[in-house]
Amino acid sequence: MNEPILEVDDLNVTFRGGIKAVRGVSYRLGRGEVLGIVGESGSGKSVTSLAVMGLLPEGAEVTGSVRLHGKELIGAREEDLTRLRGKSVSMIFQDPLSAFTPVYTIGDQIAEAVRIHQKVGRDKAAERAVELLDLVGIPRPDVRAKAFPHEFSGGMRQRAMIAMAIANDPDVLICDEPTTALDVTIQAQVLEVLKTAQRETGAGIVMITHDLGVVAGLADRVLVMYAGKPVETGTVDEIYYRPRQPYTMGLLASIPRMDRPTERLIPIEGNPPSPAALPPGCPFAPRCPLKVDACDDAEPELERIGTGGRMSACIRSHEIDLKGLDGATVYPVPEAPAQKEERRPRAERETVLKVEDLVRHYPLMKGAVFKRRVGTVYAVDGISFDIAQGETLALVGESGCGKTTTLQQIMQLQAPEGGTVVVLGKDSAKLAKAERKGLRRDLQIVFQDPMAALDPRMPVGDILAEPLRAHGYKDAKAIQARIAELLTLVGLAPEHAERYPQHFSGGQRQRIGIARALALEPKLIVLDEPVSALDVSIQAGVINLLEDLKVRLGLSYLFVAHDLSVVRHIADRVAVMYLGKIAEIGAVDEVYGAPAHPYTRALLSAIPLPDPELERSRTRILLKGDLPSPADPPSGCRFRTRCPKRALLGEAEARKCDEAEPAVIRLAPAGDHGAACHYPENTEAVAAPGV
Amino acid sequence: MGAYLLKRLVSNVLLVAIAASMAYFLAATSLNPRAKYEGKQPPVAEAVVDATLDDYNLNDKTPVFERYVTWVSGVVTGDLGETWDGKSINEEMGRRVGVSLRLLLIGTLVGSAVGVTVGGYAAVKQYRLSDRVIGVSAFVIMAIPVFVLATMLTLVAVGINDTLGFTLLEYTGEYNPALSGWDQFTNRLNHLILPTISLALGQIAFYSRIQRNMMLDVLGQDFVRTARAKGLSRRSALFKHALRTSLIPAATYFAFAFGTLLTGATFTEKIFGWHGMGAWLVDSIQSNDVNAVAAVSLFTAACVLVAGFLSDLIVAALDPRVRVS
Amino acid sequence: MRSKVTLARLVRNPQARYGLIALVLLLALAYVGPFFGPYDWTDKDFMSFLSPPSADHWWGTTQIGQDVYAVTLRGMQKSIIIGFLVALFSTGLAALVGAAAGYFGGWVDRVLMWGADLLLVLPSFLIIAIVSPRLKGASWLWFVVLLAVFSWMITSRVVRSMTLSLREREFVLAARYMGIPGWKIILRHIVPNLSSLLIIDATINVSGAIIGEAALSFFGFGIQPPDVSLGTLIAAGSGKVTGYPWLFLFPAGLLVLLVLSINLIGDGLRDALDPGSNK
Repeated sequence: MNEPILEVDDLNVTFRGGIKAVRGVSYRLGRGEVLGIVGESGSGKSVTSLAVMGLLPEGAEVTGSVRLHGKELIGAREEDLTRLRGKSVSMIFQDPLSAFTPVYTIGDQIAEAVRIHQKVGRDKAAERAVELLDLVGIPRPDVRAKAFPHEFSGGMRQRAMIAMAIANDPDVLICDEPTTALDVTIQAQVLEVLKTAQRETGAGIVMITHDLGVVAGLADRVLVMYAGKPVETGTVDEIYYRPRQPYTMGLLASIPRMDRPTERLIPIEGNPPSPAALPPGCPFAPRCPLKVDACDDAEPELERIGTGGRMSACIRSHEIDLKGLDGATVYPVPEAPAQKEERRPRAERETVLKVEDLVRHYPLMKGAVFKRRVGTVYAVDGISFDIAQGETLALVGESGCGKTTTLQQIMQLQAPEGGTVVVLGKDSAKLAKAERKGLRRDLQIVFQDPMAALDPRMPVGDILAEPLRAHGYKDAKAIQARIAELLTLVGLAPEHAERYPQHFSGGQRQRIGIARALALEPKLIVLDEPVSALDVSIQAGVINLLEDLKVRLGLSYLFVAHDLSVVRHIADRVAVMYLGKIAEIGAVDEVYGAPAHPYTRALLSAIPLPDPELERSRTRILLKGDLPSPADPPSGCRFRTRCPKRALLGEAEARKCDEAEPAVIRLAPAGDHGAACHYPENTEAVAAPGV
Repeated sequence: MGAYLLKRLVSNVLLVAIAASMAYFLAATSLNPRAKYEGKQPPVAEAVVDATLDDYNLNDKTPVFERYVTWVSGVVTGDLGETWDGKSINEEMGRRVGVSLRLLLIGTLVGSAVGVTVGGYAAVKQYRLSDRVIGVSAFVIMAIPVFVLATMLTLVAVGINDTLGFTLLEYTGEYNPALSGWDQFTNRLNHLILPTISLALGQIAFYSRIQRNMMLDVLGQDFVRTARAKGLSRRSALFKHALRTSLIPAATYFAFAFGTLLTGATFTEKIFGWHGMGAWLVDSIQSNDVNAVAAVSLFTAACVLVAGFLSDLIVAALDPRVRVS
Repeated sequence: MRSKVTLARLVRNPQARYGLIALVLLLALAYVGPFFGPYDWTDKDFMSFLSPPSADHWWGTTQIGQDVYAVTLRGMQKSIIIGFLVALFSTGLAALVGAAAGYFGGWVDRVLMWGADLLLVLPSFLIIAIVSPRLKGASWLWFVVLLAVFSWMITSRVVRSMTLSLREREFVLAARYMGIPGWKIILRHIVPNLSSLLIIDATINVSGAIIGEAALSFFGFGIQPPDVSLGTLIAAGSGKVTGYPWLFLFPAGLLVLLVLSINLIGDGLRDALDPGSNK
């Protein structure tokens, strides 16, 4: 490694009340180097970076050493730190909407960053802001510089954030989950911009993320954190291919992978410890499959393993190294329940949900004070699909594609604006009131946010009893018994019924949500991004539970998600949505194996894989620009404005894309695969790497 | 924007009309102008009273709806009717509106400007001594109703004047009509001091609480951290980014504060002997003067809606997110 | 469980602690104090008119020889009752109207909020003042009703906007997708989740109502004789404040203390019930 720019040594952060958020973090960052700091929520990774910037709120006690170019920052005078911030060290935050001041234009805010550290005039700074916006790939930067943050899309805002961060040619760029709030295709764009930014400035990058895929392709070295402490560090290849610390091993094993779809996911049992009540020994010991008695004696420190710079904090690391253990062998693989009977072919099974030409338009209102209608949002614009009994159909797409609206239209069981929704053979438009209520028994939902889905003022027992009481359960004993049964079914204990939702972790809350959906023994469950709010190690357990329940109870799922790896894992069929239309639909193997629509291909290629070598070698299909507004969709094919394929077509051929809207056409008479493209890809194996 | 403003104007005019009509009906059915004539010595003949009341459209023997129609047809032509003793409401109102508006304007300006400044300062100095002093004072002031405050101020003024032996602080009326020119101007200013304090103090306390809370909400937000991450000092981050943004929610309280100000002005006018609209309301209710009460209601409704409109305009000016471009 | 945490936080908050102590003392003074005074509030001492505070008449006497101590405490009782009743009614009304408008939306929302807007156009002081001549001779409870009917609008708007966001929360959607009727969802999920706001608001409304009563009574538009309230006493006292300050200072001082202590509790409640707010 060349001369380090940033050296962090034994950094500790303690918040008021003795909560130790960061305990003994050390790392070095060289010029042009990318260090990935990986950890789940609450692992202290973001606090570490704020401590380096000196931006922690008052009342946080920071000890240890942070040296920039050999100069100590901890305890330095505030004026000196102010001079360094944004000049030598810049930071990119997670949520780009709240990170910009809403009342000033983007251009002004970037120009301000320039003027703080450089003696230039107003005009010069404004010019420089436009240059920077151009550099990060914002179209018509001179016009966009005059726009306010709310007028930018999420991806554009994050680009602007990067532009602001590199305005003064920093030596160190700290990125705190810079793409977490973005869709995959936008994430791919922003990661490219980050690479550009690094090339321009030659800065060292500290990349903080929970997404092991993002780090795999970007980082040189990786630091894994757990419960405020670094547990393993090494080069990216070492960490991904030869993890030597059980937590890292488990984390890597729990990720659903597109290239290994059929394997059962391996969850890490339990939850991370609360930073206020750390166990005396190794904080990971309660969840560790390799735990021995000695683990509870003392917390293991980072120790060198083998030659080179890799370190691991586990008393059994050497043993793991010698035996060459990995997560898949160490962690118990939960067994899948056997399929009760051979499934009949799809065509012979009952259709539990049939959606045809569903349409939902919203009036577009503008302004909070001066409200008026300025147009129509074509949220869902004629989509059709069906679900057979015992099947999981995944509805995937990026934000704004209409998948949530579709789901709401189905759940409401009212006559849709256009088209039909038929649930279990009953047309939602023709339901009498009593019938509608009866149908609700068979159609249930699990929500995305396990925090918001449960009424915080009700104990879990009451939450589970609510659907029972609403549908005619009268006997208190029977209700009690059913609640206990449900809790056991989802892997919780009957005595949990007394507690309030706040006392459960995210994964447990999601299990309660699932139990509520199961209460009335439904036939079809709509799953609205059920695992996207959970950490990967927890997510695996919930996915397994959903798979088990489906088999045991003969359920059918409509699974709405944006994470294509999860979908690949859980779904039988998949429908890809773009701007209120279905772009491609079919059996998962066929769609993932041979994507025919250019959008599906781009989507699949944008997913970062937790495999450094694959990440380095693959070429991405980068889409241009943002999702067009659903209030003003392009004529003809909705994807044409960003379509990489259209750019390669001749003028006459391209005209068809502009003028005619493609319908979903079955690609091969035998297969279960259709795409809405005038020029679908040949159904040969392509794109998804590793398949 | 133009079409929007027009729509808004129409709906506001409608609201004023309905509110004023409501007030007219309430006043016409609750107040009894006849009482003014009945107790007289020597007694006035009923026919004479009826005729007089008919002249002023105040006769309770006429159905209330008929009186209302007469009143409305006057109002739309700009004639607000007559007081119970036959004086023109328009003339009286002409004299009084200026008096009230002067007080309201000064109260609003002083109250909001000083309040926002003090509140912002307290937020920056959170938990320091100055913040606590400001907080406690604001609480105490907000617990003192205007009529108590105004009475206390007169008590203090009397005390000071008595001790000094001359009138340092004026506490009754608007000005001394015996003076003229420059003397009258300074005399007017002197008369303004106590009413302004009594009216503005509550507003200052109110705005300072609002502004402090809004500012503290904003201080915890990501963009203030961003501003500091790019190298602004704490102070400039606070003033350039936090203060400006926190003015938006504070501005939405403007209309609300104005409502309390109107009520406060009634007491201020009454206690310091100003002949404004508020004092007139109290007097005319006490003298069963239906048309005057209706006129004051009309004026008040218009003021409230103008304030609400101004509040929206200020928010729109401060917040690019709510503008329609 | 939650209420215990809240109470603990409330007591730990110094503002709220002083407020609570002050309020308890004031309540004790209003309801227990009269038993210790040498005179009943209806007594008239024809030997001393307008006499300053003394050992016999602790807070002095009025121009008709009433004992200021006894009369003031009597007035305070009435003010307190009015404050609590008005707060109860108006907050309840605000919760129902706001939640219904926010939850059902559409024409229900438009009608209810239009009504609220209309009532906001004229200050409640003005409307009640106009109606007040009708109340002469009527029960003071009518006055409570009037105060409540004209003080729910702003809270209901806040409740409405919070309901709008609660309505989209997933636990409410879950209840709706279970087929639970709207009014049940409002009572079971929406109002309980607004309880923090409502409790805080009810507290602030108590002091608002006490001031409102006093303000109206100041001009004789409120409580009518022979009933007394702090407002009527302040009104009577303010005219003689320069010569006989005790007539004014005792009721006014108690009014300010009462309002201040309730406001302090309200502010402390806000901190205790809403740990997210940094105040």
